[in-house]
Amino acid sequence: MTARPLVAVRRVSKSFGTFKALDDVSLDVRAGEVMCLIGASGSGKTTLLRCVNQLTRIDSGGIWLDGELLGLRESGGRLHALSEREVARQRLRTGMVFQRFNLFPHKTALENVTEGPIQVQGRRPAEVRDEAVALLARVGLAAKAGNYPSQLSGGQQQRVAIARALAMKPQLMLFDEPTSALDPELVGEVLAVMRELARSGMTMMVVTHELGFAREVADTVVYMDQGAIVEAGTPAEVLGVPREARTRSFLSAVIG
Amino acid sequence: MTSGRALAEGFPDLTGLPTARRTHWGRWIAAGLILVVLALVGRAFAEGQIEWAYVGRFLTVPVILQGIVNTLVMAVLAMSLGIALGLVVAVMRLSPNPVLKGVAAGYTWLFRGTPLILQLLLWFNLALVFPVIGIPGLWSVKSVEVMTPFLAALLGLGINQGAYTSEVMRAGLLSVDAGQSEAAQAIGMGRLKALYRIVLPQAMRVVLPPLGNEFIGLVKATSLASVIQYPEVLHAAENIYYANSRVIELLIVAGLWYLLVVSALTPLQMLLERRFSRGTARLGR
Repeated sequence: MTARPLVAVRRVSKSFGTFKALDDVSLDVRAGEVMCLIGASGSGKTTLLRCVNQLTRIDSGGIWLDGELLGLRESGGRLHALSEREVARQRLRTGMVFQRFNLFPHKTALENVTEGPIQVQGRRPAEVRDEAVALLARVGLAAKAGNYPSQLSGGQQQRVAIARALAMKPQLMLFDEPTSALDPELVGEVLAVMRELARSGMTMMVVTHELGFAREVADTVVYMDQGAIVEAGTPAEVLGVPREARTRSFLSAVIG
Repeated sequence: MTSGRALAEGFPDLTGLPTARRTHWGRWIAAGLILVVLALVGRAFAEGQIEWAYVGRFLTVPVILQGIVNTLVMAVLAMSLGIALGLVVAVMRLSPNPVLKGVAAGYTWLFRGTPLILQLLLWFNLALVFPVIGIPGLWSVKSVEVMTPFLAALLGLGINQGAYTSEVMRAGLLSVDAGQSEAAQAIGMGRLKALYRIVLPQAMRVVLPPLGNEFIGLVKATSLASVIQYPEVLHAAENIYYANSRVIELLIVAGLWYLLVVSALTPLQMLLERRFSRGTARLGR
């Protein structure tokens, strides 16, 4: 008997019009696990991540976070959608990092980090501020606290975005292609922060094209294609000796 | 000079030669013509049937001053109502709820589709349709007593303004990247909080220039309220020239006041724009 997974995805499907973005997907993420999701664009990996954070509503199936069903409530043999307020409460347990950073441009780096804890969690500004300063130091940006996003490089912005998500003290961190919008020379600094975060024991789901990062940091690599999981296992298995022909052709196309 | 690479010979050395300024003949001719026209217009007005002494005398009489104060009060109140309505309607228009969407579209259609002066007259004459207003059985008043020129002007101008402002607001809200509200949701914000804390401050930057335009338009549109006896500055000027027949002089007085007010609004708008441009690229500190 294994421990209850932190994230349990069961038979989840999602369509956009006639396009099936997720097709009967099931997976588990244990607490402390780092899972990298790889696959071509349109394979459903980003949609899966967005469903876990309820930015996208699932059509069928269920996602549980720490034992709590997300976005739905069962009563009287029927499923009812949760109110916006309850969904917002559930989102507090997950932090999300976006491909295009999505920092708030009218707020400084520090204000971006303190916004959630003060405005949403209603915590004391002085205490939040100290924590935010420490978080910015952790991502190597102690000196940039007073800068606006437009005054930061892409790599710095993404590191502030990671600090912003961490400030909510999430149980799970979701990364949606966090380095895809970066200039090549800036990728390393963001991956370094993520590596440190993984080492600290954070549970992470990472959609990425950085196979080197996946090989080095991930506990589990999941390869998706056409909305379904083709293959999942350790990096050595999936990236080293893939069982499926589709995985092999994807990997050879990516590595070139 | 060159980093080790030999240059081809046979080209003259141009360093040190000054660049001559071009003479812009067209500009000189145009400026001269405009000066002649201005001189002619100036002479016409100086020799025309205008008693400039009257203009100076009536510029600051109490009735005119009270009129311009009333104009400003009405413009500010009607704009406030317009912005409040415009924001609510814009948010309704962008909501996924089809009922709210329809109501918002209908409101904009109705109040943009009819002339402002007609709307003012309708509000002022509301008593003809509903002699008594109130909650049946609980409370009621006579419409004639409630619907003063002030209230009719405020409702007419404000509700009409809201229809235009809602479109300006909607443009502003649409200009903010969808990723911003997703990021706000991701840190646990509800829709309204995300709107107020994240999306709206960014939309303001886009909205302010057209909103300034709208406000200037509204300051001048308050003059229409003179037809329903609201004592704004044009109405005051009219009352004076009905008595002394100095029509042009008093219209010039009113015109000068409008120009003054509108001119004062421009620096005010610049201050607001600076306030809401925090974090944009140009800003150093």
